[in-house]
Amino acid sequence: MSELGQFGLPVPPPTVNLETQRFWDATAEGRLVLPRCDDSGDVVWYPRERCDGPGSTSVTWFEASGRGTVYSCTVTRRIPGSWRKAAPFVLAYVELEEGPRVLTNIVGCDPETVHIGQAVQAVFDPTPDGPALLRFAPA
Amino acid sequence: MPPVTIRGKALIAGVYEHPGRELPDRTLPQIHAEVAAGALADAGLTLADVDAYYSAGDAPGFGALSMAEYLGLDLTYIDDTETGGSAYLVHVQHAAAAIAAGHVNVALITLAGKPRTGGAGPGGSARFSSAPEASFENQFGMSVPGGYALAAARHMHEFGTTSEQLAEVKVAASTHAQHNPHAFLRDVVTVDEVVSSPMISDPLHRLDCCVITDGGGALVLVGEAVAASLDRHCVPVLGTGTAIKHTSGGRIDLTHTGATRSGPLAFAEAGVTPADIDYVSIYDSFTITVLMTLEDLGFCEKGHGGRFVSDGALQSPGGALPFNTDGGGLCNNHPANRGGMTKVVEAVRQLRGEAQAAVQVPDCELALAHGTGGSLATRMGSATLVMGRST
Repeated sequence: MSELGQFGLPVPPPTVNLETQRFWDATAEGRLVLPRCDDSGDVVWYPRERCDGPGSTSVTWFEASGRGTVYSCTVTRRIPGSWRKAAPFVLAYVELEEGPRVLTNIVGCDPETVHIGQAVQAVFDPTPDGPALLRFAPA
Repeated sequence: MPPVTIRGKALIAGVYEHPGRELPDRTLPQIHAEVAAGALADAGLTLADVDAYYSAGDAPGFGALSMAEYLGLDLTYIDDTETGGSAYLVHVQHAAAAIAAGHVNVALITLAGKPRTGGAGPGGSARFSSAPEASFENQFGMSVPGGYALAAARHMHEFGTTSEQLAEVKVAASTHAQHNPHAFLRDVVTVDEVVSSPMISDPLHRLDCCVITDGGGALVLVGEAVAASLDRHCVPVLGTGTAIKHTSGGRIDLTHTGATRSGPLAFAEAGVTPADIDYVSIYDSFTITVLMTLEDLGFCEKGHGGRFVSDGALQSPGGALPFNTDGGGLCNNHPANRGGMTKVVEAVRQLRGEAQAAVQVPDCELALAHGTGGSLATRMGSATLVMGRST
């Protein structure tokens, strides 16, 4: 995990399993695909092959817009371990246009300028294994 | 049929907080054994009296099973519930229910950890790395302060909370810690010192964060008959509440905790309201943890926590709501990176009139302890206990 990616952040490979294969395969192609509950219509995060609401547990995958807004953010300035050399970096929750709030990093800008309510767009940060990490940059 | 209640049927007969804050010469099981012996001695009982044992993720190996063998316990009841730092309050609830049901005579709950001198923290990294959410959180530089900072930043955005208001929580804790000879940090700090300490993860400064200490603690619970046979002030458990809050498929709400549900459950069972409470132990992993918890328990209106904690409201004995008179996790002790145990211990000290004299709440009749486990407002276990000086 010593290598930094194109945005100066670590790019640790994710653990891909049977439930998340579709999500990670799409990131390798620069696409964001998400599961939507067949019963409630809610988009489910983190990606999985089930909805956690009442009723139906089946989901259908679809391609999302990648558009979102910053729901909360923090500039992490001190952190031990492999992220130390990446600090200061922005850790954030981004609210996707499709509903869910996802943990991510805001990249491609001065960390001090990131703020709640800011419009952002998905960017895909490749890991050495192929799948890319879902990060966001100012729209 | 009225709901079955545990109100007053189980009593805390013994408590113990390890006096050590750096314990390089002891193993983890040794610390569990020391705190078990301490709490049982406080109650006037021995290991041979214990028939129920409770531990959480800080217990090594097979958890409660491994520790039962190490301690030489003869058990007919065991509980390994893991909700992080709040687990020990959940254990009190479970033990009280088991005692009320007649399944248990003497329950022992232990906590021990060496995050300061022993390397890895509790919980087991292998268990965390195989969690279904792991690759959607760990890949982004999530840290414990980072997670709590995200909640603090959103709280500031929605309610106008300020860093100076958060600092008041640390100031109150430090004011209490000066009287505790075992406290890890005993210096009184000012609001200015908190907000000028190094920024860890905006808006949380170093002095918004709790200490990292070795140590542990233990509790002993008994039923009414055993309590009557003991020569010790036993503190009845009057009300209990647990609530799990998670990310709900991505519908994350960073400004509310599980205390919105665990609190009302505990108050209702005890038959009291927030206004009746004389003393509170509030898990204080960070200053924001306290502020949001006080709001969610109903000690002030939602969003008004910042104003509520200003002007010394949390300071004992003169403040409107004395809190964490041992100095809390922010100053005194945060053994195993889990603050729930010491919250119960200090609440029992207050109800027995055995807190440090300078911070003892006069005529303390009702105390509340609240634990927060996991990450604030996202994946967390909240647990609330109401305890009385007497039934």
